[in-house]
Amino acid sequence: MIKLKTPISEADIRKLKVGDQVLLSGIIVTARDAAHKLMYEDRPTFIDEYLKDGAIYHCGPVVSQDSSSGEWSFISSGPTTSAREEPYQAKVIEDYKVRAVIGKGGMGDKTCKGLMHTGAVYLHAVGGAGALTAERVKKVLTVFKLEEFGSPEAFWVIEVEDFPCVVTMDSHGGSLHKEIADKSYEKMKLLIG
Amino acid sequence: MALTSQILELIRISSTDLPADVENAIQEATKREEVGSSAATVLQTIEENIKLARKETTAMCQDTGSLVFYIDYPECGNERIYRESILDAVREATNLKYLRPNTVEPLSGKNSGDNIGRNAPYLHFHQWDKDYVRIRFMQKGGGCENCGAQYRLPDSTLNAGRDIKGVRKAIIDAVFQAQGQGCAPAILGISIGGDRAVSYTYAKEQLFRKIGERNPDKEIAEFEVELCKELNTMGIGPMGFGGKTTILDVLVGIQPRHPASFFVSISYMCWACRRRTLTIKGNEVEYD
Ligand code: SF4
Repeated sequence: MIKLKTPISEADIRKLKVGDQVLLSGIIVTARDAAHKLMYEDRPTFIDEYLKDGAIYHCGPVVSQDSSSGEWSFISSGPTTSAREEPYQAKVIEDYKVRAVIGKGGMGDKTCKGLMHTGAVYLHAVGGAGALTAERVKKVLTVFKLEEFGSPEAFWVIEVEDFPCVVTMDSHGGSLHKEIADKSYEKMKLLIG
Repeated sequence: MALTSQILELIRISSTDLPADVENAIQEATKREEVGSSAATVLQTIEENIKLARKETTAMCQDTGSLVFYIDYPECGNERIYRESILDAVREATNLKYLRPNTVEPLSGKNSGDNIGRNAPYLHFHQWDKDYVRIRFMQKGGGCENCGAQYRLPDSTLNAGRDIKGVRKAIIDAVFQAQGQGCAPAILGISIGGDRAVSYTYAKEQLFRKIGERNPDKEIAEFEVELCKELNTMGIGPMGFGGKTTILDVLVGIQPRHPASFFVSISYMCWACRRRTLTIKGNEVEYD
């Protein structure tokens, strides 16, 4: 198990290899479709300080707000399918100097190249483990675009501790998703002839 | 009122407490994986997550799914009462965060906020000749629903004909296409036969069966067991990280088809297989 904490240096990211199991701590930012589209098209600066050497998390959480203090908390917050951000991801990583993208299902060639170019990794979280991941969210620091995008699509800036993930795409062009797809294709050919 | 709270309880249990048969199958799968591998770690994390959700009464997965109800009611029953009670229970369950607001307008993407809209939740009524009510409830995640597939046999790209061998090829292809995208390890609901719509519906209905609950037809039952073993040789594994368990079980249903059509439908259910049954017989209320 490798422990990582944001902000993460490029040198530390370059050490990671496909298959490494990671526990991530520090500040990360949730972003889904609306947020990616915005970052890609308008390149707003309000999120810069949280993303530089930081991590983007593909997640649409179930949230709750304390009625007296107004504080937010995450109730269930596993990863959502990353493939939808494929058109935007490489540019967003480069523009904001993001070091890790967390999600599920992996991403395509364009992102793979972006990871190599900027020095970043794709971390696969445990799909469906919403309760456990919410427990690892220690604090909601702030939220952007909540009114405009609605809660699943907003930028939630959160602090996590020991968030479990696996490196499935590294900064050297390696992709576990490609490897498994190739291997299972061979097995399938054996089965169906 | 009583009925609404009984249905609310059904939703609460479903969303926060994974059925024992599924949890057992996941535990068995964990034992098969190599100690320390990503597959083993992921399965352990899933196990921990299941326990935590149950203990804290929180949704085990933040995608609380599309909501499907099958209502079987006796002759003296009244559909309207069930419908209203279900809608009230769904609204309340959304307030209580057992359910995430997951019902959006198809084109604008606007969220109804309470999980209610046309065919949402999907209600399937059936009057039967028994003297009690049975409400079956399922939460079908979006990620795994996207991995569902329908094949029209014969299929020349797969070289799949109109027989059980062709059916087998179609299912193997669907599991390959899905990779880890549907939060494997998964359970497959399969329908052989029917028209396009009924085929998909019946495939999903199979997912109410417990793991290991075999089709009464001996040949189909053997097919289920054999195919599950074969699919697990493909090495896709939990979350598609590689490993020995991709599929926890294969549940096949068969129904007649039009002579000209031969559909095979696959409903792909993630490990978070949330389905529960409520039975009400007089004053006896049971959750399974
Ligand atoms: S596929 Fe299932 S486990 Fe995965 S995120 Fe969707 S509902 Fe949750």
